[in-house]
Amino acid sequence: MSEITIKNTGQIISTETIDGDIATLNLGPTHPATHGIFQNILKVDGERILSAEPTIGYIHRAFEKLAERRPYNQITPITDRLNYCSSPINNLGWHMTVEKLAGIEVPKRVDYMRVIVMELARIADHLVCNSVIGVDTGALTGFTYMFQEREKIYELYEEICGARLTTNVGRIGGFERDFSATFHAKLNKFLEEFPVNFEEFDRLLTRNRIFMDRVIGAGPITAERALEYSFSGPNLRAAGVDYDVRVMNPYSSYQDFDFDIPVGKDGDTYDRFVMRQEEIRQSVKIIRQALEKMPAGDFHANVPEFYLPPKEEVYRSMESLIYHFKIVMGETAIPAGEVYHAVEGGNGELGYYLVSDGGRTPYRLHFRRPCFIYYQAYPEMIVDSVLSDAILTMSSMNVIAGELDA
Amino acid sequence: MDNQLLLTHITSIMGAEPQAEIDNYGMLNVAVSADALIGLVEGLKSQQGFIYLTDICGAHYPERVGGEFEVVYHLHNLVANQRVRIKVALSESALTVPTLTGLYAGANWMERETFDFYGIQFDGHPDLRRILNMDDMDYHPLRKQYALEDETRTDKNDTFFGR
Repeated sequence: MSEITIKNTGQIISTETIDGDIATLNLGPTHPATHGIFQNILKVDGERILSAEPTIGYIHRAFEKLAERRPYNQITPITDRLNYCSSPINNLGWHMTVEKLAGIEVPKRVDYMRVIVMELARIADHLVCNSVIGVDTGALTGFTYMFQEREKIYELYEEICGARLTTNVGRIGGFERDFSATFHAKLNKFLEEFPVNFEEFDRLLTRNRIFMDRVIGAGPITAERALEYSFSGPNLRAAGVDYDVRVMNPYSSYQDFDFDIPVGKDGDTYDRFVMRQEEIRQSVKIIRQALEKMPAGDFHANVPEFYLPPKEEVYRSMESLIYHFKIVMGETAIPAGEVYHAVEGGNGELGYYLVSDGGRTPYRLHFRRPCFIYYQAYPEMIVDSVLSDAILTMSSMNVIAGELDA
Repeated sequence: MDNQLLLTHITSIMGAEPQAEIDNYGMLNVAVSADALIGLVEGLKSQQGFIYLTDICGAHYPERVGGEFEVVYHLHNLVANQRVRIKVALSESALTVPTLTGLYAGANWMERETFDFYGIQFDGHPDLRRILNMDDMDYHPLRKQYALEDETRTDKNDTFFGR
């Protein structure tokens, strides 16, 4: 007779109750069911998981070190690669952090444009997560339909900034260009068609008996434990805590919009799924309001020392040439100070802790990555469940390797 | 709860006025010694509702003699919507702070990350290993003495723009 102690929780399981031998199973690092590079060393008795030990860092790219050598505007492409399912939120969150540090006020129109882009990104992020939950339960159909919808969002990104996945959207102080007529046409078409297709997807899964039987009760976490583990975003709300940065600390004029924050009860895979489904509906609602109430004005703040002047001006006026040169060479003066700014990313509270000593680059930049923080609860959530539930739990937590490893 | 009220609560928890300031962005910054950290955080959690640990990270200031390293904690009271930043300065010769894993389960990986990048020891941590870098790395890469680029490179002339 022997005992094994489960790491992280300290729970002790006696092997006396276990029939047969305990096997060690390497789930990952590259496994088709993990949707990214994660390694979990599982101790299993048949299908039942006795302990799990996650190893992360496989795609660590030292972003915080890189950021200490880059001028502020060159850090935006780094943020793309955190949660690459919703890059625009990361980009715009970073711009807002720098604006907060430098005390830049952006016009209301910029706020509303940002809200539209960020909510589109949230829809894309949640669509990937939820359709992949479907795939992991064996329902591939919804995935193929929803990826068509995501493609339309990517076309919208393309219309705004020219890129699709790693968007690098916006600039410090606003956007590089106004929304085009094509963008508006495509967005209106999207807002017309998407809810219909989305509800079809919703009907495929949400009240589907087979799906519900499969996901209800898989990988649950209580509100207390979720808070102890500093969960945020849909995963925290699924456990029953109504914390959303958009409401708690409104940024980019979120206080102007009327939307609901869905809250779950059990914190299991089903609740996380339903949470994201409802958030997609709320995001559509927010985009509609933003379009309707879009104020007139400029698409960027009047901050020549941070925002690139129009090219024709650079050829004609001395000031513009100087600003152009300073911004391109990364010689803009930024005040010294330290600031923490958080936005509601696809996965939760995405925070930027920025220390500036007044130099051309940040002195210290730390990303508070929601994935990194809540993924440590994964062993606790899957112990004592079966292997197939562990896969579902991981996909429903929406762990994105880029954000996890920074 | 505003920053001034929070500061009086912190003073009563610690029994003395801490070294604190409100920064230009409305965040209360409290500097404490490594010995006083647990008492303060425990008091904030149990008496003032700071049940949410937002973040832990390190920082390196080589020019601050006697306080070269810093561990920065962000706590959040979700009910009163009040945030606070706690900083612990450490000298390079005594790089140890007590762990917060007893108070917040989520501190585990955040402290491992801080250890990984700065070599700061968290006393009492159940599993203080590297987390993002490989295990056999023999230095802590976010310290300022490690330049990002190979300093022996000769193919780049950075005389004019200080890079």
